Order: sequence, then structure tokens, then C-alpha cells
Amino acid sequence: MSYNRSTRDDGPLDQLIRALASLPGLGPRSARRIALHLLSRRDTALNQLSDSLRLAAEKIRPCSECGNLDMTDPCRICQSPERSPSQICVVAGVSDLWAIERTGAYRGRYHILGGLLSALDGIRPDNLSIGTLVNRVQDGNTTEIIMALSATVDGQATAHYITDRLKSSGQPDIKISRLAHGIPVGGDLDYLDDGTIATALKSRA
Amino acid sequence: MENWRDHGIVLSVRPHGESGAVIALLTEEYGRHNGYIRGVNSSKLRGVIEPGNLVSASWSSRMSDQLGAFVIEPERAITGPLMGDPLRLAALISACSLCDAALPEREKHPGLFHGLLALLDTLDGEAWGAAYIIWEMAFMRELGFGLDLQKCAGGGDVSTLAYISPKSGRAVSLAQAEPYKDKLLPLPDFLKPGGSSMDMGEVLTGLKMTGHFLEHWVFAQSTHGTPEPRLRFQARVEAALINSGPNSA
Repeated sequence: MSYNRSTRDDGPLDQLIRALASLPGLGPRSARRIALHLLSRRDTALNQLSDSLRLAAEKIRPCSECGNLDMTDPCRICQSPERSPSQICVVAGVSDLWAIERTGAYRGRYHILGGLLSALDGIRPDNLSIGTLVNRVQDGNTTEIIMALSATVDGQATAHYITDRLKSSGQPDIKISRLAHGIPVGGDLDYLDDGTIATALKSRA
Repeated sequence: MENWRDHGIVLSVRPHGESGAVIALLTEEYGRHNGYIRGVNSSKLRGVIEPGNLVSASWSSRMSDQLGAFVIEPERAITGPLMGDPLRLAALISACSLCDAALPEREKHPGLFHGLLALLDTLDGEAWGAAYIIWEMAFMRELGFGLDLQKCAGGGDVSTLAYISPKSGRAVSLAQAEPYKDKLLPLPDFLKPGGSSMDMGEVLTGLKMTGHFLEHWVFAQSTHGTPEPRLRFQARVEAALINSGPNSA
């Protein structure tokens, strides 16, 4: 790919466009537009972005306890005295943690698995941080594990697997809960799919 | 332009790009068929494109040998209500993964389509474990690896069939099996003449039996071996038995 078909050499502009195009949500056309935008605003946009990228690469690390991304290890959530250490919310990725944090409704701690079990993608239990979770539960004073995994076959299969592992690891008294499945807030029954309605009926309160 | 419309059971979903996926369906007329689908994260499709759900699919492609694209509409949601039950969900994933891994693409298997649909419908019933074993036997027979439970391999009494030969896949009566008991695979009670017990212990016996033939016959030439969800299903049944006693259903 080149910004100019007649230009054969792979210069810094080509490299920038290629790097931008490899990002999620961006294609070659968007990458070219962003590259031109950045170059036309060197001081306000390009240098600022460059500094932010360098800072992120240098400072941001995964938390050794929960797997969250932060500038400190343990992360600020794991260090916070306002966060209850007795509750651990298990999520698949950092974006799920951010989604729960946006609600402001949870004041416990997290554990990030790093994905979901998937035979198709070759993701096995060893590829996820399930062992670390079991160790955390055994070492700490955890009373409840909240499975905040997606309501998909892979998500629920992973949740069931973790539940089995926790129960067989000598923690039979620990409470294991999961997020409710069913009708979303503001959802109209007429517009919902059969599976959602059937699940909502089955797990009705 | 090639196109067709058919019912299909979703076997697998592999995300492709940001909003698309390549899905595999087991269709009635066109067998296991792959295709690209757009907008899998949309509210319309989110709960539909899950392994085990029955959908109505339109496939189109410029040429017949290309991957092509699906347009999907929901027909029956089977997976959602089973998600809360670890064993039934594991059975569903196992059945779908077996079809996905073993069936050749675009080879018509209408019997298997109806068989899988019947199994999925049975999964929320009481006898789901026995139904799963019987489905696996039918699945192997459809692929050319049928087990013979009609008569004794050693010419013994048909009414006392209790074992199966791991080499020939033929049943063996109690008396004929006596000298070779350790080498034979026991039949689950519900497959013995007059047997009716379908508890989880018998289901595990059945899973070990069919698991042997899946490994040594169906997936013998596969570099990946028996699919991981099938192995995990058997391990989960075994763990459930250990945790809750041998006669729990």
C-alpha cells in the first residue's frame, strides 16, 4: 500500500499509514486521512499523540493481581481501600472491566481472564488466567465470585468451567453468582428474540 | 450468481473482522456449509448466531466454490434456555463441535440434520444423557462407523449383550465376554437388551464407549484428534458424578 502509487520507496509516511491501517476500525483510506491530519497539525496533534503513545508504552503495565492495565502494579482498583476485597468480579477483558466501571454500581475487585474458552480459536484453560484466580481465592478472604462473562455459549461454558475449578479447589462455601440473563432495561418484548425471552422466563425472579 | 435458502443449525461462529463472522451451519439440503455473515454484533443477530440455534439461511455467492455470504433469520432459539445448565450446555457444544469437525463440507446429510435437531430438542428433557449417546452412535453410523448391537460377536446369547469389542465395534454377550472382560468396553444399561437405567453413571459408561470409537475410528486420521468440547463434556460428567454420588441424574 502506498499513499502515492508512483512512489516506490517505503518512507516514514508509508510506515505511518500502514501502522494506522492495522489498528481496529481503520482501513487504508481512514489511515491516509488520519496521517494527513496529524502531519498538518504537528504541534497540536502529532506531537501530542506521539508523547501519549510513548508514555503509554513506558508506563502502562498489566496488574499482577487482576490483569487490569494501569500505571501502578498492583493497579489502583486492587490498591483502593474503598474496594471490597471479599468480592471478585470475573471478566473476559479490560474493556468489560471498563464497561462495569462506567456503571459505578460495583465496589469490589476484578479478575481479568484474558479471553474465553474457545475450541475454534484454540483457547484452552491454560491460556486463561484461571489458575491465578483460584490462587487469589485460596489466599485471600474472598466470599463471592461474580461471573460477568458474556451471555454466549463460549462465555457461559467458561463460567461453568471456572465454577467447577473453584468448587474442586477446596472452596465449596464460596458464593458464585453470575450476571442476570434476560430482558434489557427499556426492552420491548415484541422486539426481543425468542432465546432472550425464553431465558428471561426461565430465570425469572 | 449461486444462491439457495434452507434451514440450518449453527455449528460454529468464528469472528472475522470487526462486525462479521464466518459461520458453519448444518443444513438439511446442503450439509455442513460455511459462509460469511455481516453484523453479528447487531441487536437483531446477537442472540441468534450461537451454536445450537435453528435458523433460516439464505446463501449467495458469485461462484459456487466461493465462501459466499449468509443472510440469517432466527427460527428457533435452542441454546439460550440451556446456558444455565453446565452439563446440557456441554452436551450441546460437544454435538455441534463433532458435526463441525467430522462432517465434510457441502455433503448432504438430511438424516443427521434431523437427528441433531431432535437431540437439541431432547436436551431440556429427563433422558437427555441417553439421547446424546444414541445420537453419537447414529452420527458415527452416518459417517460409516456403525456399531453392531444386534447380535453377539462370539455367537453368544443375544439377550445378555453387555460389552462391545473396541476393535470391531460389535456387541458381546456376558458369557462370551467373560475371558476378555478387561479388554472390552461395557455397554451402558440403556443399550443392553431390557436395560432401562439412564442415570449419569450409565451416561458416563456410554460416553467412554462412544469416545473410544470417536478417537480410534472417526478422528483417527485427524491431526487435532477428538474435539476438545467432546473431551471436556466427558470430563464434566465424570466430575459431576464424583461431586454428587454415582446415582445422581
